[in-house]
Amino acid sequence: MIEIKQSSPYPLRGVLPTDELMLSGHLACQGCGAALVMRYALKALGERTIAVIPACCWTIIAGAFPYSALRVPLFHTAFETAASAAAGIKAGLEVLGKGDITVLAWAGDGGTFDIGLQALSGAAERNDDIIYVCYDNEAYMNTGIQRSSATPWRAWTTTTPTRHPKDEPKKDMMAIMAAHRIPYAATASPAYPEDLVRKMQKAKAIRGTKFIHIISPCPPGWKSASELSVKLARLAVQTKIFPLYEVENGLKWRITLEPKGLPVEEYLKLQGRFRHLSPEEIRKIQETVDAEWARLVAKAKAEAS
Amino acid sequence: MATEVELKAGIPSGKKVITGNYAVSYGAALARAQVIAAYPITPQTQIVELLADFCAEGALRANFIKVESEHSAMAACIGAAAVGARAFTATSAQGLALMHEMLHWAAGARLPIVMANVNRAMGPPWSIWTDQNDSLSQRDTGWMQFYCESNQEALDTVIQAYKVAEKVLLPAMLVLDAFFLSHTSEPVEIPEQGLVDRYLPPYNPEFKLDITDPRAFGGITMPSEYFELRYKMQKAMEEALEVAKAADLEFKELFGRGYGLVEPYRLEDAELALVTSGTVTSTARLVIDELRAKGERVGLLKVRLFRPFPTALVREHLLKVPKIAVIDRNISFGHGGIFAQEIKSALYNAEPRRPLFGFVAGLGGRDITPELIEEIIAYALAHDRPEEEIIWMGVKR
Repeated sequence: MIEIKQSSPYPLRGVLPTDELMLSGHLACQGCGAALVMRYALKALGERTIAVIPACCWTIIAGAFPYSALRVPLFHTAFETAASAAAGIKAGLEVLGKGDITVLAWAGDGGTFDIGLQALSGAAERNDDIIYVCYDNEAYMNTGIQRSSATPWRAWTTTTPTRHPKDEPKKDMMAIMAAHRIPYAATASPAYPEDLVRKMQKAKAIRGTKFIHIISPCPPGWKSASELSVKLARLAVQTKIFPLYEVENGLKWRITLEPKGLPVEEYLKLQGRFRHLSPEEIRKIQETVDAEWARLVAKAKAEAS
Repeated sequence: MATEVELKAGIPSGKKVITGNYAVSYGAALARAQVIAAYPITPQTQIVELLADFCAEGALRANFIKVESEHSAMAACIGAAAVGARAFTATSAQGLALMHEMLHWAAGARLPIVMANVNRAMGPPWSIWTDQNDSLSQRDTGWMQFYCESNQEALDTVIQAYKVAEKVLLPAMLVLDAFFLSHTSEPVEIPEQGLVDRYLPPYNPEFKLDITDPRAFGGITMPSEYFELRYKMQKAMEEALEVAKAADLEFKELFGRGYGLVEPYRLEDAELALVTSGTVTSTARLVIDELRAKGERVGLLKVRLFRPFPTALVREHLLKVPKIAVIDRNISFGHGGIFAQEIKSALYNAEPRRPLFGFVAGLGGRDITPELIEEIIAYALAHDRPEEEIIWMGVKR
């Protein structure tokens, strides 16, 4: 049971492991949420970890040959194969008697929601013993901001220009993963590193497929100031746009942080990708967020009763 | 099939009448494949079914991942090999085509995965019968390719392929004809596990995903280094020619059977050399024996290793013969039979210039009968040079 009080000041000291398995010479953009979350994730998992990264921003962030920004072994693989390559690595480790090593598949939203969904579904259905993290920056950022099925409704991207913005809601990836009845699925945010680290540690201790969905602000793609990334990651949670929760075995839903319920506009207005929104559209986003939140609360309550 | 009791004690040796598919399964089991990731496709499916049995019965200590696609099968084999496990898969046609991206990844990552591909014609229209367009379409992926003629050769080639692949760090594909081999039963000698172990020591690569020596594999590489990595792949392919030759000789010493990279058959004093691959070779041998008995001077060169291409051996055997006739059960649309192109290119910078007849036959599993091969030989003997670049055999026009 994860107990995080909303009022706690989240002191980092004593909660986060001091190990640094990600090095400072990485190639992420200023204010990159994906770089932050890798640092926290590896702190949680420790050095007995092998990382698998498909095509995504992290292909670049990790550094060009012969360098690596990670102090754990790293296997770069093709776009749609994070889960299947990770499953193969785990199978190999098991047969070689090294099954205790954690295998971390680390993919963006394109590699998870879209092109890698089949392989991820396959691994989840087989309950392969991997931790799959989707760091979600809500578009194809590495290729220069094209819409993915993780892009929010009405957000600007280069393939959803403001005169023809995205007309579809963000795919509910957590529900898809929960429907696979995997032992553990959770959301996380770099604004709440203790919550993120605890969830990663919990995932590490569970056998089977674990899925961690992490919101990862992207200053170039979101058209936001780089110093606002942590604030945006916090607002995403506090506006209930990206609530923090976990799901065990696809059935036990638990909200791990009670959000303040700030207006969505607080979050939207800091990002150029939403600058074109009309008050009516913002109202509609608020309604959708409130309805989704009510559904999440109902699922968590159903579990509690 | 072996009984459950037999299997618990490992893979039983001795003579058995088995299909080509099962021969491949026995080969993979005797090679002690450690991770198998596979997806079913006709006519390959029995290979992985028997391997699943071997795993279930404990005869083979392997982790079998029942993946959701061939693309994932190859990705999982890549992951397993990257961590230092011996990986195996099998596929056919559409499955192989779906793997295409990952075939490049396996070779570029220098992972010695072994795969059986049962040659099946590509759709559309749907066909389950044999031709070589599936495997030959993967020619430039950096995989070695062995074309097998018999079930025994298929079994033995799995074991040899690991030996070569793990030495030069390139993946290897063995190829067998749909149904003519995959589903045809022949007597096969199952070698003793102890002997196979002597021939093929455990796979232990120098570089692998290792938490005590963390490295990044396959990261973005600048033009200042990428080129050299590709040069090294070509050098590894060139080395593989010698390694494969030595591996076959060593195999022959231990097991009493060898195949060569190419196999000349009755080429001495021949006026015409047929060039074949796969099961067509067996039919052609028969025809050549019959024609030789009638005094015709015809012979055969079987090409077993297609990648790396055994250029020196092809020159050595074919330049002695005044005429060459290549039988292709494949077609590169817009050019012609692929083996014919390869043989031509191997001979181009060598003397003397020999007329080469390119015959395309048997696409989509149509029989290449002894009569058809006789026609091919008769045509080549009757003409000084081919009248067309592609001579279509048996096509209804």
